[in-house]
Amino acid sequence: MKPQAPKRQPYGTLELGLLNVQDLHVAYGKVEVLHGVSLEVAEGEIVALLGSNGAGKTTTLRTLSGLVRLRQGRIVLGGEDITRLPAHKVVASGLGHVPEGRRIFGPLSVEENLRLGGYLLRHDLAEVEKRVHASYALFPRLAERRHQLAGTLSGGEQQMLAIARALMLEPRLLVLDEPSMGLAPKLVFAIFAIIQQIRAKGTSVLLVEQNARQALRIADRAYVLESGRIALSGPASALAADPRVRAAYLGG
Amino acid sequence: MQAFFQFTVEGLTIGGFYALVALGYTMVYGIIRLINFAHGDVFMVGAFIGWTVLVTLAGTHLPIVLALFVALATSLFFSGALGVVIDRVAYQPLLAAPRLSILITALGVSLALENGVLLIYGPGFLTYPHLLGTAGFTIGGVQISYAQTTMFVISLALMFALYLFVHRTFIGTAMRALAVDQDAARLMGIDVERIIQITFFVGSFLAAAAGMMEGLYYTQINFYMGFLLGLRAFTAAVLGGIGNIPGAMAGGLLIGLLESYGAGYISSRWTDVFVFLVLIGVLVVKPTGLFGERVVERM
Repeated sequence: MKPQAPKRQPYGTLELGLLNVQDLHVAYGKVEVLHGVSLEVAEGEIVALLGSNGAGKTTTLRTLSGLVRLRQGRIVLGGEDITRLPAHKVVASGLGHVPEGRRIFGPLSVEENLRLGGYLLRHDLAEVEKRVHASYALFPRLAERRHQLAGTLSGGEQQMLAIARALMLEPRLLVLDEPSMGLAPKLVFAIFAIIQQIRAKGTSVLLVEQNARQALRIADRAYVLESGRIALSGPASALAADPRVRAAYLGG
Repeated sequence: MQAFFQFTVEGLTIGGFYALVALGYTMVYGIIRLINFAHGDVFMVGAFIGWTVLVTLAGTHLPIVLALFVALATSLFFSGALGVVIDRVAYQPLLAAPRLSILITALGVSLALENGVLLIYGPGFLTYPHLLGTAGFTIGGVQISYAQTTMFVISLALMFALYLFVHRTFIGTAMRALAVDQDAARLMGIDVERIIQITFFVGSFLAAAAGMMEGLYYTQINFYMGFLLGLRAFTAAVLGGIGNIPGAMAGGLLIGLLESYGAGYISSRWTDVFVFLVLIGVLVVKPTGLFGERVVERM
């Protein structure tokens, strides 16, 4: 199966940005955890999704990727309705997902991890190799460790590998779930710099973060998720100045 | 000492069969954590398909080598397809269900295959055409038949091919990846259900190769032949560290050798006791098997 050109479908009367999420309802068993989440990401934007533990941030991202079935709602990426697509097809339509906890394939080598990121291009091995080398250019540390098992990398290197792997298909939207989790401050800074670089190359970013201060620093806009609902949204600078956000997420 | 080498030759031959079957157990366990009790019976079905083709071709004037090749190809392909059908019909619908449901289903599939073959071919032993002569060569008093050599070489070649497949191809890498983390594999664009089907095809394909070789080697086949062999091959997989491919290969050869030494030095009646004693001994010292590491990291 090759990644197909997305079927562009006219979407309602409004063509809003790259990603449009409308009224997402998701339940685990009988317990609904998302109660109508709507958000959007425009072309070239970095959008942060903030919220405390259990607010539904990861669930939101996993639903976008097709890993979690939704009960109700609509997800449109670049004009293509991806609401009911299985996860492996969502990837093909241009959404790259760096999951929480990195989820690299530990017993596989760094290079094998990267190649798997290009799995949908497997019928064009030259292209896969080209992109693997492009990853090495972006993350020189990975080039040094290409034959090492991914599980032996440090946390920061694993995060870089997870990002590089998700970039292999050159997604239009990169979704990152807690990329700074468990990293030393210096590395957090490096990861956020990389996210800005990725955006500069034309990939839009949807970022879930506990580290709200850093996230708001690089984001254009942000949403605050509380108990499965969007509680606040707006430009990142406005949210950073909002007393409610300052009290709850920026430590006063 | 001459006897020892003689037992070694015999042990490696049957060990090759065990290894081929053990691979199917270990690969399926590696990716969906299922002990596929029906796997031994796929081995048996492979032997029966091969027998049917050989007997049908016996009336024609096809050269023996060609007839063998056709029988082997037919058996391997259809057994592989059978594995895919079993996965699709019996296991895929239950992947999200509790582990016990799918385990019981595997037992059910095993019984269905045994009884299906019983129904078609009857309860008695069928005799494979005696195609393998006893011709061979002698090294230092140890007799090695050409048949044994050929089978051992075929077993090794299949294992080597599998190793290359798993380590050098995208599909094989995807298999190893989804053994580690299915969701992460989906995020790579890997169609997990499809890879599971391919795994079943490959595992069943290898089991059928063992089934046909066993039929040719011992010349007697029976609907029940998959049960004990399956048990021993599963033991081989556990011995090597279930989920670990090189482990299954080594485990299979080791079980074959143990069985042969046990039969040679002690008594063929005590073979299984000997084999399982060693298994228990190994598991007491190293619960994850000889090659096993942490439970989540394998293949």
